[in-house]
Amino acid sequence: MGILIETAQTPAKWLNRSGPVLGLFLVCLIFGFLVGPQFFNPGNLELIARQTAIVAVAAIGMTVVIASAGIDLSVGSVVSLSTVVMALLLRSGVPAFAAVGGAVAAGVLCGAIVGLLVTRLRLLPFIVTLGMMLIARGAAKGLADEQRVEAPVTWINDLLRSPSGSQSWLLLPVGVWAIIALSLMTAATLEYTRFGRHIFAIGSNERTARLCGVPVEACKLAVYSIGAGFAGLAGVMEFSKLSVGDPTVAVGFELDVIAAVIIGGGSLLGGRGSIFGTLIGATIMAVIQLGSSQRGLPNWVQQIVTGIIIILAVALDHWRQHGHNNSRS
Amino acid sequence: MAEAVTQALRFEMTGISKSFGATVALLDVYFKAAAGEVCALVGQNGAGKSTLMSILSGAAQPDSGSMMLEGVAYHPRNPLEARRSGVAMIYQELSLAPDLSVEENIVLGMEPAQYGFVRRGEMRAKAEDALRQLHHSEISPEVPVGRLSVAQQQLVEIARALAIGCGVLVLDEPTSSIARGDVERLFEIIGRLRDQGHAVVYISHFIDEVKEVADRFVVLRDGRNAGGGEARSATRKEIVEMMVGRPLETLYPRTRRNPGEAILDIASGIALHRGEVLGIAGLAGSGRTRLLRRLFGMNRPWKSGFGMVSEDRKGEGLAMDMSVTENMTMPRLGAWISPSKQSAAARRWIQDLNIRCHDDRQEVSGLSGGNQQKVALARLLHCAVDVLLLDEPTRGVDVGSKAQIYELIDRLVVEGKAVLLVSSYFPELIGICDRIAVMHRGKLGLPRPVAEVDEHRLMLEATSGHFD
Repeated sequence: MGILIETAQTPAKWLNRSGPVLGLFLVCLIFGFLVGPQFFNPGNLELIARQTAIVAVAAIGMTVVIASAGIDLSVGSVVSLSTVVMALLLRSGVPAFAAVGGAVAAGVLCGAIVGLLVTRLRLLPFIVTLGMMLIARGAAKGLADEQRVEAPVTWINDLLRSPSGSQSWLLLPVGVWAIIALSLMTAATLEYTRFGRHIFAIGSNERTARLCGVPVEACKLAVYSIGAGFAGLAGVMEFSKLSVGDPTVAVGFELDVIAAVIIGGGSLLGGRGSIFGTLIGATIMAVIQLGSSQRGLPNWVQQIVTGIIIILAVALDHWRQHGHNNSRS
Repeated sequence: MAEAVTQALRFEMTGISKSFGATVALLDVYFKAAAGEVCALVGQNGAGKSTLMSILSGAAQPDSGSMMLEGVAYHPRNPLEARRSGVAMIYQELSLAPDLSVEENIVLGMEPAQYGFVRRGEMRAKAEDALRQLHHSEISPEVPVGRLSVAQQQLVEIARALAIGCGVLVLDEPTSSIARGDVERLFEIIGRLRDQGHAVVYISHFIDEVKEVADRFVVLRDGRNAGGGEARSATRKEIVEMMVGRPLETLYPRTRRNPGEAILDIASGIALHRGEVLGIAGLAGSGRTRLLRRLFGMNRPWKSGFGMVSEDRKGEGLAMDMSVTENMTMPRLGAWISPSKQSAAARRWIQDLNIRCHDDRQEVSGLSGGNQQKVALARLLHCAVDVLLLDEPTRGVDVGSKAQIYELIDRLVVEGKAVLLVSSYFPELIGICDRIAVMHRGKLGLPRPVAEVDEHRLMLEATSGHFD
């Protein structure tokens, strides 16, 4: 006990920072060993990046939501709604850029509705987004007439394709670069802006945030809109992979997204989480999926492994917290 | 006091009344504090201290009465407005964001920013400035608050109030959760705040603290002003009697007791008898709680007439989210539950033990500490136990409820029940026990009649372990 800051935190802090990276390293090592050196071929690495992309985009948004102690269960449905909106717009002759805008706007709209319900009616985000999960899915099916929506081919279909010919200097698919740029922007927003710090303040102790004059309601509204906006963007990526609008796609996707955030160090209690960690988390999941399938492991093994990783990540998190409490007394 | 009169009045509350339904929480209360003054607000739990302060800090609105702050009318509609006007309340349960750093907490809600980006240098300077004002620059501004000790967190919260320029600081039971050494540091800080011209309102149960830190004290009892005066010159007895509203001699009642047959073997050669209160004097860590648990666990509790009140009321003593009735009748439920019968039983105990609650369906978490403890005791009575194992039953309980709990214990042993009372507060052991045994590091001494022990000797034995 004393007024000086204990330095015994360093191992825990170190683990806090590098835990997800360490996990990624470990998972890569294991699959490198299982699959063989070809696992680290540039082609394969790019495959991993592409596989990661869709979950990663949605997970960036989810990080923001979870940092504010919220949750969004509707992202899977929003993704499917977004692919449908995208396909319908393209089919009606709207330019590709505008179609992307429309798809993201559909997501933002869903998020804004969630945000309004959460702040105005003081409903739990778990419940509201559970409802939105069904509403968005239903809307997607209704708009698509319960079938896949074919759409003309545009540059969007190349978003996640390896650059070739005159564009090969890009090294990575355009979509992956877009994700990197968005991650940097979001990370900077969370870390360095007033708005970002307010999100963490709300997630950490909402009552205090309110007492200190943080505009809690406006922040939450923004948080859910941003979260679902990213889900809409994930829908654009999904569309580029599928090249059709599919109202039945991405069922259960939200769980992958939440898992990526949690593996990356986010806490469902709010106040913690980082974009960098989340990206690592999404990559870990992609490595497991790809590695397992390349090794010829059946799907059920993948699922068990992913489940174990999630529990392990949360257990580590718990242990970290526990360490804090011990050193407090 | 002559000096205080010439000092500028920081705030003044006049004729404040507030009712919750039929319960009058405050009636025509007057309260003020001047610049450079530490004013203690004392009173039992439920006396209205918290209500009065929540009105001052904007968390509640008075039904009638008026407030002035720095000479102008003041009507805060919420805590945020009060803070902006310069009144900050620092609650027992600290309100900080544990995941944010010290500096982020200090500037929360008023971050210096340009184009939405926080100006880190300015934020750091503000935080360091506030911490320096408290003479605690050694707290690093970049550490997450969750990593600090409770005492340090308290400093951060005071620093936050200073950073937004609050002239009035209300500290609600600030020493209840920090260690003795930190209490002294806190008192130094309060002294500095006074010297800097702040008005500090200090809410506390501990009379010694009040005498040590405050200039003036004001007593509330049953929602009304019940006296006050200069803190240093008033005696403990005077202050307590104002709080309790009766002479102190009646605090520890002792009806003639007739110990009967032995009913429980506590250790070899030590038995608890019907009709007596046996005290165990032990400090934290002496093994006293383990002893009680062993006694409780060895027998088939409840059914065989044993009941225990835990020292950890919130953690295991009561189900805080459940109602008074549910808590009282919990161990004695049949396969089928008749809510009306349960309620009737609970209402009887509420009346019998004078428990202050809205009704028997109120959640226990909404009651004061003393009333919660009475609910825990009522549970034992409802089960008609013969042996009551009480672990620190008056911890965190106000003086008035303490007196009622002592009265209840006295009544029970006169009725022929047996009470084993574990406590580290030796005056109460001497006040109500018939025999007292000292416990030290898991070793229990032989009990001696209360007439043969005194507080000093108990303390010596409890800390050294030398019995005789």
